[in-house]
Amino acid sequence: MADILLLLLGAILVNNVVLTQYLGLCPFMGVGGKLETAIGMSALTTFVLTLSSILNYFIYHYLLLPFDLGFLRIIAFIVVIAAIVNFTEIAMHKTAPLLHKVLGLFLPLVTTNCAILGVALLNSERASSLIESVFHGFGAAVGFSLVLVLFAAMRERLTVSDIPAPFQGSAISLVTAGLMALAFMGFSGLV
Amino acid sequence: MALLPAILILLALALGAGAALAYAARRFKVEDAPLVERINALLPQTQCGQCGHPGCHPYAKAIAAGEAINRCPPGGDSTIRSLARLLAQEPHPLDPTHGHEDVRKVAYIREPECIGCTKCIQACPVDAIVGSAKHMHTVIVSECTGCDLCVAPCPVDCIDMIPLRNPQQNWSWPRPDPRRAGIDLIATDLLHRAG
Repeated sequence: MADILLLLLGAILVNNVVLTQYLGLCPFMGVGGKLETAIGMSALTTFVLTLSSILNYFIYHYLLLPFDLGFLRIIAFIVVIAAIVNFTEIAMHKTAPLLHKVLGLFLPLVTTNCAILGVALLNSERASSLIESVFHGFGAAVGFSLVLVLFAAMRERLTVSDIPAPFQGSAISLVTAGLMALAFMGFSGLV
Repeated sequence: MALLPAILILLALALGAGAALAYAARRFKVEDAPLVERINALLPQTQCGQCGHPGCHPYAKAIAAGEAINRCPPGGDSTIRSLARLLAQEPHPLDPTHGHEDVRKVAYIREPECIGCTKCIQACPVDAIVGSAKHMHTVIVSECTGCDLCVAPCPVDCIDMIPLRNPQQNWSWPRPDPRRAGIDLIATDLLHRAG
């Protein structure tokens, strides 16, 4: 139990996917402009990341490794992730059309969100059990959501503040992200 | 050696994913937008009432029920053509009894003359005018559809309809001004500076 808690805390704060491992920066910058879309994106990524951790664990350990096909994992993982994202998109189009419209192009782009593939690959290398890989995936997703929502809230305030001309737009966003990464460095050594 | 299992496993994965997606597509099927909504999406949303209906959506309903498609002056030729394509009809020219196609305009209130009667606010179909009684009114340009409906009610005639500066239909690059900042585009520009 304590192990799981430590794993979660480590995945959320210490080894944050976005700010420490620099994965998933595209949606971070792309949908991080509005709180509403950021929350939608967070929920979606959490769902996809957790589900893909489970499925990819089974595929890697029960399908690829027994045949000594570990080198095919990138292709196999991408197939699984693309299928999950597509499935989610179809389901969302029916059940939450407004969110589907708001997320727009970023929905299919979740497929190429390197955080999801990155976590799957890290799981295949380090996680020793299903529980571990599920909680690692979930923790990474929560970390991604936390950072994305914080970042979106800050950027919403930045749009109405008086920013010097050379820093306007993506420049101040990148500076903000950098400062957040610095702040998250403070968590290193926590676990 | 490992070739056959590799091919089989990837094939199985792809087939499994395909089957799951096919099931999802069937299970979560989204019906196409009904005809009225698709017609409404093509109309210009000026809510001007020149077609004889109180707004664009009622006209879309009427079109779906069989009314002529050439009664929308703000949309003009392009709207008639896209409606004709959607409904597989012959595109007739705009019906002149409903008005003529004009460049896109926007209402402008000459603020010193405004007496704050709120009559234009009540006339505006898209709530593009802000102001209150006995206070000056003004138009939110991005909301104004240029429908003309506020001009007639104004008791002091302080509303102008001015053409939009850069309408998408007839926008072109501004011509370079050779006299500005001493840019020499062609040889004769030098004459300007000399003279």
